[in-house]
Amino acid sequence: MYNKTIAEISAGLQKRDFSSEEITQAYLSRIKQHDEQLNCFISITEEFALAAAKNADQRLAKGESGGLIGVPIAHKDIFCTRDVKTSCASKMLDNFYAPYDATVVEQMNQAGCVMLGKLNMDEFAMGSSNETSFYGPVRNPWDQGCVPGGSSGGSAAAVSARLIPAATGTDTGGSIRQPAAFCGVTGLKPTYGRVSRYGMIAFASSLDQGGPLTRTAQDAAIMLQAMAGFDTRDSTSVDHPVDDYVSTLNRSLDGLKIGLPKEYFDDRLDTDIRRCVDEAIHEFTKLGAHVREVSLPNINLSVPVYYVVASAECSANLSRFDGVRYGYRCENPFDLDDLYSRSRGEAFGAEVKRRILMGTYALSTGYYDAYYLKAQKVRRLISEDFRQVFADVDILAAPTAPSTAFPIGAKTNDPISMYLSDIYTIAVNLAGIPAVSLPVGCVNNKPVGMQLIGNFFSEERLLNAAHQYQSVTDWHMRLPQGFE
Amino acid sequence: MSLSIDDVEKMSKLARIEIRESDINGYARDLSGILDLVDQLNATETTKIKPMAHPLDQTQRLRSDIVTEEDQRELFQSQAPQVESGLYLVPKVIE
Repeated sequence: MYNKTIAEISAGLQKRDFSSEEITQAYLSRIKQHDEQLNCFISITEEFALAAAKNADQRLAKGESGGLIGVPIAHKDIFCTRDVKTSCASKMLDNFYAPYDATVVEQMNQAGCVMLGKLNMDEFAMGSSNETSFYGPVRNPWDQGCVPGGSSGGSAAAVSARLIPAATGTDTGGSIRQPAAFCGVTGLKPTYGRVSRYGMIAFASSLDQGGPLTRTAQDAAIMLQAMAGFDTRDSTSVDHPVDDYVSTLNRSLDGLKIGLPKEYFDDRLDTDIRRCVDEAIHEFTKLGAHVREVSLPNINLSVPVYYVVASAECSANLSRFDGVRYGYRCENPFDLDDLYSRSRGEAFGAEVKRRILMGTYALSTGYYDAYYLKAQKVRRLISEDFRQVFADVDILAAPTAPSTAFPIGAKTNDPISMYLSDIYTIAVNLAGIPAVSLPVGCVNNKPVGMQLIGNFFSEERLLNAAHQYQSVTDWHMRLPQGFE
Repeated sequence: MSLSIDDVEKMSKLARIEIRESDINGYARDLSGILDLVDQLNATETTKIKPMAHPLDQTQRLRSDIVTEEDQRELFQSQAPQVESGLYLVPKVIE
């Protein structure tokens, strides 16, 4: 039962092969069986799930036919869930029970999804390995000595191990796509503004975007259909019509123009990863696509731009955590300054502190022009590069990550090396365009992912291309050993 | 190192984050490394380029000046570390 996609679960529920309550119980048992090893979940909401499943079964009995009614999912612990612990994997919010639901959570609840719990992540979404979590690292189901990627590591690992059919995640610099690649699942970062950020605890406001992690592009389309849409409660939400992502999945790829950015395919790209990506691109040409080389001349500046912009924005966003209104407060503060400094000093992890300090520096008097303003100008150059290539091609293809999943602890003492694992994903966030990572191979029994990158609001085309690829290949169906 | 211990101490005050004495060197070293990475931006010519704050260059959407929220103070304060009569309590600011 646990090896079913959302589409298969929904079909089974509609045909009454099983009830939502039954399938919810099946996944809850599986989580209990495996999650102690993997540590994907911060909270498991069993009572809540069974109540939601009962409700879904009633809706199904009345004849409702929505594709998500009764389907079990889980949310990254960055989304506020009413009366349920919402920690952002930080000691700062270890005692926080959200008083409201994020828009994404409301949408999934209305669609009839059954939330099984909240998923582990890097603290405040800052990280690429799920090692900065206050609740300990998540283990990659493909090799438990290795990281699942981050920051949506719990989401990717849980879907990969079939503990849930689908999860929500967030992507600020690659945090959906890179763990999707490391865990052999499909992960989509929508266009900036496509999915509401209301109730999604903010890291970098001009970069953050919520999206689905699933096993198939079809499932990602079903999830996105429920998650996308204009929301007046998010002032950066874009009022753009929502496409039909599901009925267009089977469109032919004949004539699709795919660009390969030469800067992503230089000598730095690992030869094994290159081989997997080349084989995938070959499949696309067999499906009728035309491939050509393109150039994104400023792309190599993505990482420095990101570490100024994201750090600056996070230093502003995390200033709300001050020990006054919610979250952690230090013991016996002797004055207000001490309350602020010690609450924050004691409750934030090292990576979060590093980035807040970096952001504070970049925005401080005398440095604002040299760092933040400069980075925003280079951001526009990077964005322009994408605008120009999309005049010539429909989508881009590129590797998702420079390596397969690395061992736990391998990069914790070298922040820069950790930052460079986002080298292929970051530019997409800076430009605000959508991208999907799909599994395209394995090296030493660890998954390899490839990204398809599109212009603003081209999620329909990306999912169509990904689905067609998945119709002629089976990388997305492979299970990690021990989880069959 | 591009960032001194003094700089780190200044930033920790601005950011209201206490950094332990034993950790300051480590932060100075890590932050200097990040700044070295960021210095690559200086080689790029950007004098005529407009800064980009929003990927779609959107501006703040406005709405009518009418009340849309309801008072949920009790709910929100139910998790506060210390409240009294609807007020959040903190150590005295003015003696």
